[in-house]
Amino acid sequence: MATTTAAPTSPRTSAAPPPSRWRNLLGKADVKLSPYLYIAPFFILFAIVGLFPLIYTAFVSVHEWHLIGGQGDFIGLQNYVDVLQQPRFYTALRNTFSIFLLSSVPQVVAAIVIAAVLDANLRAKTFWRMGVLLPYVVAPVAVGLIFSRLFADQSGLINELLGYVGVDPVRWHSDALASHVAIASMVNFRWTGYNTLIFLAAMQAVPRDLYEAAVLDGASRLRQFFSVTVPLLRPTIIFVVITSTIGGLQIFDEPRMYDQYGLGGADRQWMTVTMYLYELGWGAQKSFGRAAAVAWILFLIIVVIGLINFSITRRIASAAPDRPKTKRGGHR
Amino acid sequence: MSTSVPMIRQTAGAGAARAAARRRGLGSNRRPGWVTYTLLTVVLAISAYPIYYSFLLASSDSATIAQNPVPSLIPGPNLWTNLGRVLGADIGFWHAVLNSLIVAVVTSISVVFFATLAGFAFSRLRFRGRRGLLVFIIATMAVPTQLGVVPLFIVMANLGWTGKLVAVIVPGLVTAFGVFWMTQYLDSALPYELIEAARVDGCSMIRTFWHVALPAARPAAAMLSLFTFVASWTNFFWPFVVLGSSNPTLPVALQLLQASYFKDYALIMAGVVAATVPLVLLFIVAGKQLVSGIMQGAVKG
Repeated sequence: MATTTAAPTSPRTSAAPPPSRWRNLLGKADVKLSPYLYIAPFFILFAIVGLFPLIYTAFVSVHEWHLIGGQGDFIGLQNYVDVLQQPRFYTALRNTFSIFLLSSVPQVVAAIVIAAVLDANLRAKTFWRMGVLLPYVVAPVAVGLIFSRLFADQSGLINELLGYVGVDPVRWHSDALASHVAIASMVNFRWTGYNTLIFLAAMQAVPRDLYEAAVLDGASRLRQFFSVTVPLLRPTIIFVVITSTIGGLQIFDEPRMYDQYGLGGADRQWMTVTMYLYELGWGAQKSFGRAAAVAWILFLIIVVIGLINFSITRRIASAAPDRPKTKRGGHR
Repeated sequence: MSTSVPMIRQTAGAGAARAAARRRGLGSNRRPGWVTYTLLTVVLAISAYPIYYSFLLASSDSATIAQNPVPSLIPGPNLWTNLGRVLGADIGFWHAVLNSLIVAVVTSISVVFFATLAGFAFSRLRFRGRRGLLVFIIATMAVPTQLGVVPLFIVMANLGWTGKLVAVIVPGLVTAFGVFWMTQYLDSALPYELIEAARVDGCSMIRTFWHVALPAARPAAAMLSLFTFVASWTNFFWPFVVLGSSNPTLPVALQLLQASYFKDYALIMAGVVAATVPLVLLFIVAGKQLVSGIMQGAVKG
């Protein structure tokens, strides 16, 4: 390999033995140590701003800890007990899951369908792909501001359009479920296109002769989609679902911007767990201990949901009938 | 961005093969009909309208907005007035623009540099623990680090960094995604022979990196810097927590704008437009790279 050759072949080595020895040593050290030096920045930074804070969260969560006053007494699991006795915690949990389901499930389905439409011999291919991705460059905060206006209870565009087709105005802000739909639509707006492109790439990696074989077997377009495309998308679906779980359960920006107070509504009807965490730590209570307890609970929930997601997605995707046997069959 | 040989080979290779397959006339690969284009037009309208809507409101005034829930598709005359009011509002909008620019540029450059350095080591150097460490880095992408916000804030407070840009910049100096991305790319784009040649010529490791690996990594580095720039420009939670209102980035400034002028939708939307236009322009210039970046990353990931 490249790394083993350098020093000894240097012509200067034979000319002057003593300094060459030194050079040799230096060269060896260069070869041996450089790789670790090059990857070190990531590990150092991750240790300081990623891993340490997560672990230290557990330490903070078993103490009384005030935003300004700092560390107080060790109080065991009292912060967890306090949090778990608050009805607001369960409201936040419910809202988070509701928003998460309303955003992830329709989003994955829509992304796969749009990708299937894009996976054709289109004119101006790049134009359509860019069009789908456009919302990705709009900050979630900006999306939140735009959509909170679109979904205004009074004289909002969505309610006006619904009025045209005879639907009564929806109370997008005061009704809990309606507010979740509005917030989920912000997430879907920003991320559907991104995921569409991921699915599109996976679809284009499906060997075309599989479709040819399916056509020969008399499969319709729809049948091809469900029996060839979807099963082969399995690893991609798992990837998208897991990343959207990790992000979706920590959602903060969009619900934070849904009204001017940022507390999640008068009855906290759209307050998410991360908003609750922020309110505990930086709101009136200024209790870092409780905020840390919420962070750890959410962390465990994300891990569990991630595992459940993983097994469900695997099962659904592999349950599709007549999975074609191909060289790529054992993929992943 | 300058196109390099491997880049051309990748796009031309795969694309050409597919085009050839299509020409051979697979039943499903003829040109699609109007249904497809109609569907795509609807999707495009849904992607673009909310952005255009913010522009329409930003060029209008409060009275008109209140009277017309569905704004006229023709922009009003007040865009510059409203933008001027945003810049004049007491939230320091220019300051926020500058802050966002500094954070986005510094993190983009730093992520590209450190990710390429690590990617070079992982893809082309041999060392003990290479595979394990790479797997570890990929696994960290699944760690919800946002949940470490409380201790991270405590650390920043102890360093006296709260309210300072450095508190936002430092945690973003290098990302797991970046390292993974550059490793993948250099695996396919950097021939061993080139490194060998540089080493035989007596280049030290770091010179080999600088003169051989870094130039070879340019196309992927450009994409990575784009993604980092967008992510940094749109990032809200951590800057909001650690910076507060005195020294905001753009998303934090938008939040302040909403909190203090919530009735004045023309003003708020002008702020949205001001914060979004730079990225939309970037998207028009480099959107193609973003598209192919996501698609390449997907196939490899």
